[in-house]
Amino acid sequence: MTITEQRTQTYGYTELPGLMELMTGDEKHGPAATSTLDVLWVLYDRVLRVDPGSADDPGRDRFLLSKGHGPMAYYAVLAAKGFLPVDWLPGFGSYDSPLGHHPDRTLVPGVEIGSGSLGHGLPIAVGTALGLRAQGRPGPAVWTLIGDAELDEGSNHEAIAFAGPAGLDRLHTVVVDNSSASYARPGGIAARFEAAGWSARTVDGRDHEALYAAFTAPHPGRPHVVVARVEPKDA
Amino acid sequence: MDSMRDRFAPVVTRLLDEDPRVAVVLAEVGADRFDEALRRHPDRVVNVGIREQLLVGAASGMALTGLRPVVHTFASFLVERPFEQVKLDLGHQGVGAVLVSAAASFDWPAGGYTHMAPGDVALLDTLDGWTVHVPGHPDEAETLLRHAVAAGDDKVYVRLSLQSNAAGRPVDGRHFLTVREGRAGVVVAVGPMLDPVLAATEDMDVTVLYATTVRPFDATALRRATATAGTDVVLVEPYLAGTSTGAANDALADVPHRVLGLGVGRGELRRYGQFDEHLAAHGLDARSLRERIARFTAGSVPVGV
Repeated sequence: MTITEQRTQTYGYTELPGLMELMTGDEKHGPAATSTLDVLWVLYDRVLRVDPGSADDPGRDRFLLSKGHGPMAYYAVLAAKGFLPVDWLPGFGSYDSPLGHHPDRTLVPGVEIGSGSLGHGLPIAVGTALGLRAQGRPGPAVWTLIGDAELDEGSNHEAIAFAGPAGLDRLHTVVVDNSSASYARPGGIAARFEAAGWSARTVDGRDHEALYAAFTAPHPGRPHVVVARVEPKDA
Repeated sequence: MDSMRDRFAPVVTRLLDEDPRVAVVLAEVGADRFDEALRRHPDRVVNVGIREQLLVGAASGMALTGLRPVVHTFASFLVERPFEQVKLDLGHQGVGAVLVSAAASFDWPAGGYTHMAPGDVALLDTLDGWTVHVPGHPDEAETLLRHAVAAGDDKVYVRLSLQSNAAGRPVDGRHFLTVREGRAGVVVAVGPMLDPVLAATEDMDVTVLYATTVRPFDATALRRATATAGTDVVLVEPYLAGTSTGAANDALADVPHRVLGLGVGRGELRRYGQFDEHLAAHGLDARSLRERIARFTAGSVPVGV
C-alpha cells in the first residue's frame, strides 16, 4: 500500500462556497448539494485515506457518492483536494465538461461510481467491501453517502439487511437527513440500521467535531452508519 | 444426459480453484449446488439471499475491486427484475460480469409466466457491448462458460436451458457453424433450436447455420452463406421471435434480402403443461418449423402461426 500522507490541498473549508458558486445551472438541486457539504468536507479532510496520488491505489479508501443529484459540494471538495482542476467547475453541466449534474466515474478523477439514479451506491458498496475482503485487503474502508429520501429505495433495504448479518465491518454509510422523505421512517433512520445489526450514530450534520467522532467510532464486527441531520430541505 | 445447469456449478467451481479473480454471486437460487465451492472459497462465493437488486449491485462492487463475478439465478430475476442494475451498475460503471441464467424461455411451463423469460436477450439488446451465449448442449455450455469467464472484464450473458440438442458441436464463443449447405435459403438455428431445425429442413435445399453466440452477431458468416444459398434468411431463436432480425438485416443491408424471424410469440400463453407443448404452441416444433420455413423459402408471404 502506498498511500501518501502528503496531500495537494490548495483550498480550505471556507473557500468551498466560492468553489460552489463557480457552478451554475442545477439550482433545483441546490438544497441537495449544500446538505452534504460538511459531511463531504470532514470525510475528505480528516477521515478518508485517499488523495489524488492514490486515487487508483488498490489499498485506498473508497468513497461512493450514491446521492448523485446535486453534486456541486462533491465537485467542490474534490477540486479543493486537488482531484480535479478548479477551472473545470465553471463548465458544470455543459457539453464539453466532464462534470455533469450527476457524476460519471469514467470522466472525473477520484469519482468511484457514476450515480444519479437513487439506490445504487449502497449495494455497490456492499460488493466493494466483499471484493476487498475476498482479495485479503482488510485495510481499505468503504464509504457511501445516501440521502434520507433515497433510503426509501428497496435496493438499499436489500443491502442493509445483508450487510449486518454478513459482518461487513469495513462498510460505512452516511445518511444525510434533510427530512426530504415524504414519510418519515418510524422509529428513526438509525433504528432501521440497528435492527439489521449495524452500529449507528446520529449527529448534527453541520458539526464537524461531532461528525468526525461519529465517523471514527469503533464498530468491531459490524457495518457502521452515521445519520447526519441537517436543516430540512424546505426550511 | 445431464443438463446445462448440472454443468454450471462444477465448471465454475473449477474456475474458482484455478483463477483467484473469479467470484460467484447468488441469490438463493442454485446455492446448494455451490456448497463445496463455498467451503473452499468462503469469501469468493457469496449468497446475498433473495435480493436480486443487491445481487447485481454487489457484483458491480466486486468487479470494481478487480474480481470477475459470475452471477446466477433464473433469467426473469437476473435480467428483468434488476434491469436498471444491469444497465447502470455494470454498463454505466464500465465494469463487467458474467450473468448466467437458468430456466430460459419456458423450462418450467407448469410454473407459469412468472418464471418465463423469452424477452431476456431482446432486453439486453437495448444495452451496448454485451456478449450473449446461447448453448445448445451441456458440452457447449461448459465451453461457453469458460469463454465467458476468461473474457477479461467483458459483459457476458450465458443462457442455460433444459432444452438440448442430442449432440454437442465444436463451438468457439464467436462464430456461427455451417452445419449443412444448400442453395435455396439460409436458416440460422440458435442454440437448442438446432435439432428441430435440422429435422424440419431434412429434405430442403437450405444452408443451416448454427449460432451459439448471438451477440456479437456473426454477420460475416451470414453474408458468406447467402453468397451461395441466396438472401432468403430464416432465424429460429428459442426466445422472443424477431430478436435478431435487426442484426440480420444490418448484415445484409447492401443487398436485397428477406428475413423471417421465428421464435417465442409475444402474447402471453396462459398455459401450464410440458415444454414440448409450449414449443408446439409457439410453432417451434419440427413440424411447424417445416411448414413455416418451406412457405417462406417458396416465396409466399409468411403468416403467423
